[in-house]
Amino acid sequence: MEYINLVFEEVYKIFFLLVPVLVSVAMIVWLDRRVWAFVQKRQGPNVVGPFGLLQSLADALKYIFKEIIIPASSNKIIFILAPIITMTLALIAWAVIPFGEDQVLANINVGILYIFAVSSLGVYGIIMGGWASNSKYPFLGSIRSAAQMVSYEVSIGIIIINVLLCVGSLNLSDIVIAQQNMWFIIPLFPMFVIFFISALAETNRPPFDLPEAEAELVAGYQTEYSGMMYAMFWLGEYANILLMCALGSILFLGGWLSPIDLYPFNLVPGVIWLILKILLLFILFALVKAVVPRYRYDQLMRLGWKIFLPFSLIYVVLTASYLFYFNLLPTL
Amino acid sequence: MKITRFLKTVFMVDFVTGLLIALREMFKTKKTINYPFEKGKISPRFRGEHALRRYPNGEERCIACKLCEAVCPAQAITIESAERSDGSRKTTRYDIDMMKCIYCGLCEESCPVDAIVQGPNFEFSTETREELYYTKEKLLDNGDRWENILAANIKSDNPYR
Repeated sequence: MEYINLVFEEVYKIFFLLVPVLVSVAMIVWLDRRVWAFVQKRQGPNVVGPFGLLQSLADALKYIFKEIIIPASSNKIIFILAPIITMTLALIAWAVIPFGEDQVLANINVGILYIFAVSSLGVYGIIMGGWASNSKYPFLGSIRSAAQMVSYEVSIGIIIINVLLCVGSLNLSDIVIAQQNMWFIIPLFPMFVIFFISALAETNRPPFDLPEAEAELVAGYQTEYSGMMYAMFWLGEYANILLMCALGSILFLGGWLSPIDLYPFNLVPGVIWLILKILLLFILFALVKAVVPRYRYDQLMRLGWKIFLPFSLIYVVLTASYLFYFNLLPTL
Repeated sequence: MKITRFLKTVFMVDFVTGLLIALREMFKTKKTINYPFEKGKISPRFRGEHALRRYPNGEERCIACKLCEAVCPAQAITIESAERSDGSRKTTRYDIDMMKCIYCGLCEESCPVDAIVQGPNFEFSTETREELYYTKEKLLDNGDRWENILAANIKSDNPYR
């Protein structure tokens, strides 16, 4: 009986984490399209619901009722599994994101490592989708995507090491608490910029959306997908973007902490601050999409391996020496 | 030169400038309209859905001269005529195949009595092809429905003809 109660409680918690995340994914798609449209002086989706807020819901309904076409020459099991894996991996990473002090589903000590592992696994969904489609565009798109994600994961890893050096813990809540005096964006600003750009590349957002470069690869790994399976890829992609924004705000923007620790500001619950920070980062994501043109593939690889990787490595050495010299290394 | 270029790249000057421009443009007035709710202005010469007009006393304008049938480059118009009991020549059949029509406006140009005209309506899509074979009744009905606007359009375009 006690065991069943425990399971029930966990399921309840997971439900109340997943539903807001999925709803905010739908909202974020709307925001993305709206910001994009506004920069181009268009209206954007504004018909369904107030300000078009329910547009994503209408789209989702459309996808649900559409026919799922499975290509005859595809590997059916892997073909069906690929979008499921993408979406699941994008969602389970949310388990360790702290929304406030003690407001976290799984307060594990290796939280950042967990997120890193899960987001690395995300490549599998894309590779499987591209491979199982048994068609040239999805295949080329997934190869590109895999190469891109692996490359930028390396620099993200090293950027995270910078933060971890200043914190001395892999626990995400500890990382936020360590920023009480100063957000890490101030001492580690160059790292924040590189993190942001790497996150763009990691989530296949423009200007690094090469896997879906429609002029060359139709729709990349999503070409053969339709209906709900396509929608799951799409949900997973946006859940990943949201996750990267959350990670960025936890690592550099002080997570749930209020910007200034003064009277009216610290009354606002931490969740609101976190959501505001995530939104800020996401609007930046959306703006970048509207502003910059797509990179060429070799430029993308050069940026990742020849510029970001050495630069973040040098910064690790700098941070470490600074902390060591001034005896600021966090005690373990 | 090279050093300034290098510094510009490192500090992403161009990118930040672009971002600021985007932010500024975001809050300017939109160039597009909410189509189904608001519509753009169209010229009196707009060539939309066809209509057959009547005289104010209710008599059809069309005299079955078949100039429009002859001039139609897409051969979308079919006319058959007969003598009416009062001795006037009238059409017994006036069909326009709206799928063949290329909306060139030559029928309107050629009509000596301003009977066949193209109105301002461009929202007449249908779900079946059969509905787009317009008959005389449909065209006359269109004419009755749009008469006010059609007459005003012809009047305002008259000085330039």
